[in-house]
Amino acid sequence: MSDAFEPILTRNIGIPNSDKIDVYLKRGGYTALRKAMAMSPDEITAIVRESGLRGRGGAGFPAGLKWSFMPKGDQTKYVCINTDEGEPGTFKDRLLVEHDPHAIIEGTIIAAYAVGAHRAFVYIRGEFFLGVKRWIKAIDDAYRQGFLGKNVLGSGFDIDLSVHRGAGAYICGEETALINSLEGKRGEPRIKPPYPAQIGLWGMPTLVHNVETLANVPHIVNRGATWFKSIGTERSTGPKLFCVSGHVRRRGNYELPLGVSLRDIIFKYAGGMRGDLPCKAVIPGGASTPVLTADQLDTRMDFESVAAAGSMLGTGAVIVVEEGTDMVDVARRLLRFFLHESCGKCTPCRVGTRQLADILEGLVAGAGKKGDVELLEDISRNMIGKSFCPLGDAAVNPVLSTLKHFRHEYDHYVEHHRPLAAG
Amino acid sequence: MSSEFVRLADSGARDPAKQAMVLTALYIAQEQYGYLSEEAVKRVAERLKLPVSQVYSTATFYSLFQTQAKARFNIQVCEGLSCCLSGGGDSLLAYLEEKLGIHAGASTPDGLFSLEKVQCLASCGTSPALRVNDELYEDLNSDKVDRLLDQLAGRVQA
Repeated sequence: MSDAFEPILTRNIGIPNSDKIDVYLKRGGYTALRKAMAMSPDEITAIVRESGLRGRGGAGFPAGLKWSFMPKGDQTKYVCINTDEGEPGTFKDRLLVEHDPHAIIEGTIIAAYAVGAHRAFVYIRGEFFLGVKRWIKAIDDAYRQGFLGKNVLGSGFDIDLSVHRGAGAYICGEETALINSLEGKRGEPRIKPPYPAQIGLWGMPTLVHNVETLANVPHIVNRGATWFKSIGTERSTGPKLFCVSGHVRRRGNYELPLGVSLRDIIFKYAGGMRGDLPCKAVIPGGASTPVLTADQLDTRMDFESVAAAGSMLGTGAVIVVEEGTDMVDVARRLLRFFLHESCGKCTPCRVGTRQLADILEGLVAGAGKKGDVELLEDISRNMIGKSFCPLGDAAVNPVLSTLKHFRHEYDHYVEHHRPLAAG
Repeated sequence: MSSEFVRLADSGARDPAKQAMVLTALYIAQEQYGYLSEEAVKRVAERLKLPVSQVYSTATFYSLFQTQAKARFNIQVCEGLSCCLSGGGDSLLAYLEEKLGIHAGASTPDGLFSLEKVQCLASCGTSPALRVNDELYEDLNSDKVDRLLDQLAGRVQA
């Protein structure tokens, strides 16, 4: 972890038994909940809004605004904790769930209280076997201590929380697909609007948040919006977990303020490149985000700056690629992922990912032909904005961005049927 | 992890809608039957009073539900980009194909090992990774894979 930056989300990580409730309590856990229960729901929403906290699952939507979209009144409402982490390059939610589940539970109870929900669900990736166990244990202990259940801490507020295990589908990280999966259906996305805050789980208003987003909430309640805003940039506030993988010396999760430069993440924190080869490219926010090149390493990792550089902050999953790596092959591997994970509901995404993947497989296998590159571009452009959910848009990013920066590598495949690196 | 499934079933019982139990029930059925046979899917549908077609449709949507019998040890190799960049993915798969003498998607004749490719396991920081049934193995190299296969084969003899 960083030496200069005071860890917030990772403050308990590395402490023995950090997943256990007594350790969490000893470390000051559930004090934010006590504080929140003495406040009105509107006061809490106002603080979260004021803090500028934005969603950490990829979209970066302002959390407080999302809360304020939830209707007032006492109809049934739900909160869902999105633990369906599956974006290639991303392994931050897994860390938080396995090592600090109570921070997420505490944030969730506060959020539920703020929006007037009495029922919350964890939606966890089926593959997270340890995470499921940790969630169940943490929830049981929180019930036993009176943080969950009827009359939380004598406040009169009731909240139930249970675990729902997914069964292997990346698409269920999309909030409307997650809701369908929770209902026991195929995890296909719904069209928006209506947004889940209006019509969500079982047709009722539903707040869906990423694990990391919720883990920020207790700290905001405890230390205030002004403190939170002092971290990060003006429009991207607070700490962020950056998952660094690929060709660096020290892969792992680094908690740093939003706005830290890619260069610092790679060279100051992750120990620099793993070998003698310089950096060639970086995927800054997970497989869905466009590739950046080595001359863009001074890009600051906040929502606005990464967008200005032509990519997206996404989940903050930084995949670092060294010189000599075949970028057509990188695109091919990423397209395999999107092809596998396209749920098949929308034709442009279902057929488009198949076409893109086939052309890329052909190129890398040495069977590329004239017109392949133009066809990749044409198919990609025709997929954008034509599907219910962002998967169809995300799938074209690896193709269009590698084409933009490394087109000569594609041309070389068409011309010579082998990678540029092979001469 | 059968006790976990019981716990999951308990927590699921608090769900307000019966259909929401489908995934949980399919997990339990898969645990009991070994895989989701036609009979297993039918039983889930009967218990939840839902059409068989609907339960089957849901079961086939999710990659963790198996409608075919699997080998005793189902080896799933992550083919995510970060695994590939650190020597996993295709190279790891090729190594296992060679060692086990089967291609991805197949099982060894003794029914001991089956081999599959899977998508990102969120082990990018500790890649290459693979999973054997419910267990995750990370930071792999060929030595570790050799030892793992020996250890798994040893479990059968024990």
